[in-house]
Amino acid sequence: MKRVVITGAGTINALGKSVPATLEAMREGRCGIGPLDIRDVDRLSVRIGGQVLDYDPEDHFNRQQIVLYDRFTQFTLLAAKEAIAQSGLVFEGDLAAHAGVVLGTAGGGVTTWDDNYRAVYEEGKNRVHPFVVPKLMNNASASHLSMEYNLKGPTFTVATACSSSNHAMGQAFHMIRSGMTRAMVTGGSESMLCFGGVKAWEGLRVMSKDACRPFSLGRNGMVQGEGAGIFVFEEYDHARARGAEILAEVVGFAMTSDASDIVMPSKQGAARAIGAAMADARLNPEDVGYVNAHGTGTAANDKTECAAVADVFGHHADDLMISSTKSMHGHVIGGTGAVELLACIMALRDGVIAPTIGYEEPDPECALDVVPNEAREAKVDAVLSNAFAFGGLNAVLALRRA
Amino acid sequence: MPDTIKTQVIRIIAEQAVVEPEDVRMDQTLDDLGIDSLGLVESIFAIEEAFDIQVPFNANDPSASDFDISSVAAIIGAVEGLVADQKA
Repeated sequence: MKRVVITGAGTINALGKSVPATLEAMREGRCGIGPLDIRDVDRLSVRIGGQVLDYDPEDHFNRQQIVLYDRFTQFTLLAAKEAIAQSGLVFEGDLAAHAGVVLGTAGGGVTTWDDNYRAVYEEGKNRVHPFVVPKLMNNASASHLSMEYNLKGPTFTVATACSSSNHAMGQAFHMIRSGMTRAMVTGGSESMLCFGGVKAWEGLRVMSKDACRPFSLGRNGMVQGEGAGIFVFEEYDHARARGAEILAEVVGFAMTSDASDIVMPSKQGAARAIGAAMADARLNPEDVGYVNAHGTGTAANDKTECAAVADVFGHHADDLMISSTKSMHGHVIGGTGAVELLACIMALRDGVIAPTIGYEEPDPECALDVVPNEAREAKVDAVLSNAFAFGGLNAVLALRRA
Repeated sequence: MPDTIKTQVIRIIAEQAVVEPEDVRMDQTLDDLGIDSLGLVESIFAIEEAFDIQVPFNANDPSASDFDISSVAAIIGAVEGLVADQKA
């Protein structure tokens, strides 16, 4: 089996438009959640989100590109530019023939759906732009990324709701580990902060109207974010041979299905995924210093996740740090695992554990060290990143310090 | 006989519980009727649509919401209150 390392990272999200800006915000415990600036916000009862503000597509893309790139594709390409530049890889010849793109997104071009439904239903138009379909399709971002960088290997999109990007990165990891390819571009992207996107979530009545406070007593729900996280995964010897800087090693991955309920999480399903990822990575409980939690800030997720972690880690659960950065950037849905992987890399590389901000009071049902409100310095050798989706689909990645 | 708030709410609850309206008793809880958290959220949606009201309810902590869902009678009372507030 080949070893798999990360040699490039890129992002755009509510905390920053690059990895350094995002990590700085996480270190400072800054909150990227605020009032939504979207059309018809006055008709929403949930009016906050982790929105990418001060963003003008025309600063980055030409007119021909903008007619084809939904916001989730724009975010993907901006994050990919940063990641691929950092990796220093140029995709040509045999490398390009086998290197591909696996991305996660739950909704794809939701803004494009929203705009065009408005046009035909609300405004009564009988004609839409000819590129609506190629703009909104879930694989648009993966396809444009492959075109932009000449990536000709396996390329597709994974849609498993809030686990999408962890499932995607798991696929990329498996492909390199098995020797199929020496490099993959992977991660995820989401942008559903538009009227229809927020309205749909509102209906479920699990959204907070004021703040995302994971693990805190009195938490009242999740807050949606948007953005992308993109990474270059590379075979270890290939990266070493060209003297690439290694950000972290991906050492394990596991996925499970609860097979029980379409929205309520299951402790067993989550625990089986966490345990299997550690077994895959050959990590013992005491090897793991930090868990980046799914930590949505809903009553149900947070207590179930803490119970699952406590089950898997036993006594070591008390020595473990576990935080949810969703408190800062919001829930990036299909892109959330990718944005959160940045906190894992920061923990391993910089020895800084991103905090769970907005934390007010301990909840006896979440009695773990959730790194409340302030980042902490700590040397950790191995970390996990949890994602537990609606539909009961769980995906956990394990990383080690390079 | 015109529909009262009570008969309409009972009809919504009965539909979720997949029982006949006459089999819904006032002292029953949603749990008794086999209505889970998804069924509850759907019932509240149906109530909002039927009476054109906003029901203050957050699934994260149903007990902290102002809307009393402890029994069929409590739900009917709460809806009557919201409809009266709306007319006031």
